[in-house]
Amino acid sequence: MAASLIGARVERKEDYRFLTGAGQYTDDVALPGQTHAAFVRSPHAHAKIKSIKKDKALKAPGVLAVYTGEDLAAGKVGGLPCGWLITGTDGQPMKEPPHPPLAQGKARYVGDHVAVVIAETQDAARDAAEMVEVDYEVLPAVVDASKATQKGAPALHDIAPDNKCYTWALGDKAAVDAAFAKASHVTKLDLINNRLIPNAIEPRAANATYSRADDSYTLYVASQNPHVERLLMTAFVLGLPEHKVRVVAPDVGGGFGSKIYLYAEDVVVTWASRQLGRPVKWTADRSESFVSDAHGRDHHTVAELAMDKDGKFLAMRVHTTANVGAYLSTFASCVPTILYATLLAGQYTTPVIYCEVTAVFTNTAPVDAYRGAGRPEATYVVERLVETAAREMKLDPAEIRRRNFIKTFPYQTPVALMYDTGDYEATLGAAIKMADVAGFPKRKEEAAKRGKLRGLGYCCYIEACGIAPSNIAGALGARAGLFEAGEIRVHPTGSVTVFTGSHSHGQGHETTFAQVVADKLGMPIENVDIVHGDTSKILFGMGTYGSRSIAVGGTAIVKALDKIIAKGKKIAAHLMEAAESDIEYDKGMFKVAGTDKQKAFGEVAFAAYVPHNYPLDKLEPGLNENAFYDPTNFTFPAGSYVCEVEIDPDTGVTKVERFSAVDDFGKIINPMIVEGQVHGGLTQGIGQALTENCHYDPESGQLITGSFGDYSIPRADDVPSYQVDTRETPCTHNPLGVKGCGEAGAIGAPAAVINAITDALGVKDMPMPATAETVWKVIRANRKAA
Amino acid sequence: MAVKVSMKVNGKSVSGEVEARTLLVTFIREHLRLTGTHVGCDTAQCGACTVQMNGKVVKSCSILAMQAEGADVLTIEGVAKADGTLHPMQAAFKEHHGLQCGFCTPGMVMSAIDFAKNSPGASEKEVREALEGNLCRCTGYHNIVKAIMAGSKAMAAAK
Repeated sequence: MAASLIGARVERKEDYRFLTGAGQYTDDVALPGQTHAAFVRSPHAHAKIKSIKKDKALKAPGVLAVYTGEDLAAGKVGGLPCGWLITGTDGQPMKEPPHPPLAQGKARYVGDHVAVVIAETQDAARDAAEMVEVDYEVLPAVVDASKATQKGAPALHDIAPDNKCYTWALGDKAAVDAAFAKASHVTKLDLINNRLIPNAIEPRAANATYSRADDSYTLYVASQNPHVERLLMTAFVLGLPEHKVRVVAPDVGGGFGSKIYLYAEDVVVTWASRQLGRPVKWTADRSESFVSDAHGRDHHTVAELAMDKDGKFLAMRVHTTANVGAYLSTFASCVPTILYATLLAGQYTTPVIYCEVTAVFTNTAPVDAYRGAGRPEATYVVERLVETAAREMKLDPAEIRRRNFIKTFPYQTPVALMYDTGDYEATLGAAIKMADVAGFPKRKEEAAKRGKLRGLGYCCYIEACGIAPSNIAGALGARAGLFEAGEIRVHPTGSVTVFTGSHSHGQGHETTFAQVVADKLGMPIENVDIVHGDTSKILFGMGTYGSRSIAVGGTAIVKALDKIIAKGKKIAAHLMEAAESDIEYDKGMFKVAGTDKQKAFGEVAFAAYVPHNYPLDKLEPGLNENAFYDPTNFTFPAGSYVCEVEIDPDTGVTKVERFSAVDDFGKIINPMIVEGQVHGGLTQGIGQALTENCHYDPESGQLITGSFGDYSIPRADDVPSYQVDTRETPCTHNPLGVKGCGEAGAIGAPAAVINAITDALGVKDMPMPATAETVWKVIRANRKAA
Repeated sequence: MAVKVSMKVNGKSVSGEVEARTLLVTFIREHLRLTGTHVGCDTAQCGACTVQMNGKVVKSCSILAMQAEGADVLTIEGVAKADGTLHPMQAAFKEHHGLQCGFCTPGMVMSAIDFAKNSPGASEKEVREALEGNLCRCTGYHNIVKAIMAGSKAMAAAK
C-alpha cells in the first residue's frame, strides 16, 4: 500500500452513479401496483374543521380512497411524538399538544394536513384532492412568537392557553446580575434570528408497501435516519412490531435537518398501504415543501455582555423567544435550549452566563433543527455582541477576542459543556492572514473612490457535535440514545462491506468511511463498500445530523475494525503456529513480530470462512464484527471566519467580496469533502444573512415566501469563491481524533457577514436578511439621524 | 384525453400514450423510467429537470410531452459514452467535487455542457451568471464553478 488514505483527497465513490443519472432517490422507486397520494392541506392558518365531504373526490376517476383524521383515529393511529422532553423553570414538563398526522377538529397552519386522497396516478390524486370539500370556520391566527404570548392572542392548543410550550433557563442568574452590576461597560443588542426554510433540492417523498405474506411493511422515505423513523413510527404512532417494518432511505437529495423528522405523510402512506393492499407513494412538490417541511431558527433575543474596563468579559445575559410553530416537531424542543444556551460561552472565558428561553406555539409550520440547529443562533448572539462590544470600547475586534479566548483545555464552561481541546488563536491568526486584513484599509479606500462602502467582519464560532453521552442526554430530556452502530463484514475472498447507522445525503460517507476502513486494513479502497440507509441491512443506527457521522458513526466502524483485527490475529497465530501476542497487523499483513513470517488479510479471511486449518475448538469461524459506540463527550469544532463586503450606498446591494474560513475540525479524513462541506455551509449562512427569509402574513398567516421566486436561496452569482483552510487540534476522546464539519459554515457565516455590513455602514444594528432593500433603508435612516 | 407521442431519447426512438397535460419530465421519468432527470420545484427555477431538446437545453418541467413530438432529446443517461466513460464535463464534476447529494447534478451537468459549448473560455463571473437557472443547496457552487471551468477546457481540448 502506498501513502495513507487518511487525509487524502480521494475522489468520491458515489459520484459515478449521480453523474450518470443512476442515483436512486425515493421518488425513483416505482413498485408493482403503485398508487399515489395527494394531501388536502389547510388553506387557513387557523380554522375549525366543521365538516369534510369526500363524496365528489371518491367518485373522481382513478380514486381509490379518501382518508381524514377521523379515519386515522378509528384506525388507532396515534399522534407524532416529540423526541426531547424539556422541563421548565417551573419544574413542569413542556406542553405537548397532540399532533395528529391528519388534523382533528382544527387546522393550525397553512399547509396542515386535513385529508389524503389516494388514486391510480399522481395527477388523479391531485385533481381529486381539489374536490374534497372542507367546511372551515376561520379563526384568528398569530404567527409572531412575541405576539402569541400577549393577552388576547388566539390560543392554538387547549393545553397551552398562553401558547407557551415552556420557559426554560440555564446558568446562575444571581451571579450574572451581580457581575452586570459591577461592569464598566455593557453592550446590548436586540436580535432577530430570521426564520428559514431548509429547501433541500430533493423534495420529501415516501413510498410504502404492505406484504400480506408476512404481515410486514416497507417504507422508502427521504430520511436522514431511517432507524429513528422506524422506531418513532412503530412504537409511538402505528403500534406496529418494529421487526415488521423495514425503512429504506435510499439516495437522499440533501437534508440539512429537514429530513430528520417523522412526518405526517410518512405515517399516512404507511398506514394506507395496508388499508389498500397496494403501495402508496407521495412526493412533495416544492410548494408543499415550503409549507410543510420543518422550518429553522426564528428567535427573538435580547442579549447583553458585561465587561470590565479592558474589555474582559464578565457576564452574559440572554433572553430568547423561540417560535416552535403549530406543533412540536421531532426534536423541536431541544434546539432552542440544549443546543443553544450551552453554546453561549463561544470561544471565551466569560465566567457566568444566564440564558432564559420561552418556546411559543404559533400558526406556522413546525420549526425544528436546520443546519446548525441552535448553534448558529447562539453564535450569532455571541459574535454580534463581541464585535459590537469591540467597537463600543474602541478595541480591535480581533484583540477583544484574543483577550477573552479560552487558552487552556479541558475547559469547563458555565453553561454545562466541557471543551476537550482547541486552539482559537491559531485559527484566528490564520484567518487574519488569509483574509489579508492588513490590506483592508487600502481596499476600503479604493472602494470609497468608486463610491462604495467596504466593511470587514469576524466570527469566531464554536460548535458541539455528536450529542453525547446518551445517559447525560437522557438526564437532559432526550428520549432516544445517541450512539451509533457499525458492522464490518469481511467476505471470504477478503473484500469488505461496511454497514453503518450513519446516513449519507450528500456528505460522501461512501468515500470517507471507506478511506478509514481501507487505510486501517491496508487494502485498496475499491475493496470496501459502505452500505447505509436500510433497516433490514443495518443492525441499528441513529442517523446523520448535528455533524455527528465521522465522530460517532466513524468511531463505531473503527471499534468494529479493532475487533476484526483482534480476531484476525487469533486466526493468523494459528495459521503461522505463533503466539497470538506476537502477531502484529501492518498494512494488510498479519506478521509474526521479529520474523519474516506473514499472512495476508485475504488469507486470514479465507481461513475464517473455509476453516479447514482453524482453531475451531477455541474460535468461531467467520469474520464479521459489529460495534456500538456511545461517545463520552461532544466534539468541539471551532474556527474563525473573516468576511469582507462591499455595499453600493445608492442601491443597498451588498456583495460578499472575500470570505476566509479557517476551521479546526480535528483530524480530517478527506480534505476535498471537508472543504465542500464548508463551502455549502458558508453559502447557507450567507443565504441567511443576505437573501433568505421566511415570511408569513401577520394577519392571515399565509406563507408569503412560498416559492423559489419569493424565498431566495443563494444562486451561484450571489456568493463568492471561498478561501478555506484548517488547523488541527485532534479530538481527545475518539480514536480518529475527528470532530465533524457539516454545519460549521452555516453556524459561523451569518455573524461574519452582518459584522462586515455594520462595519461598512458604521451602524450598530442590521436585521437579517440584509437584502438590498433592508440595507438601503438602514443607510437612509442613518443619514437622517446624522 | 390520451395522446400518442413519439420522439427520440438518447438516440432511441420511443413512444407512449400520455395525457395532453403530461409534462416532458413526467414522460421521461414515469413512462421511460429514465429517473436521472429530477424534479426539484414547480416553478421552473431549480433546473434539476434540465435536458437537451434538439440541441438546446430546456427545463423539461416547462414543456408538455406533446411539444417534444418528433424531437431529439438527450437526458443525463445519454451523456456518458456507451462504454461508460464519462463525458469530460461529468469527469470534471467528479474531479473537482462539484456534487454532493447528486440531486441537482444531472441538471447542472446538462446546463454546463451547453454553456461550455456556446461560451468556451468563459470567466468565473460568466459561469456564475450562467448558473442562475440551476439551484444547488449543497456545494455553495464553489466547486461547481471550478468543475465547469475545467470541464469547459477539457471539452475544448477534446474537439
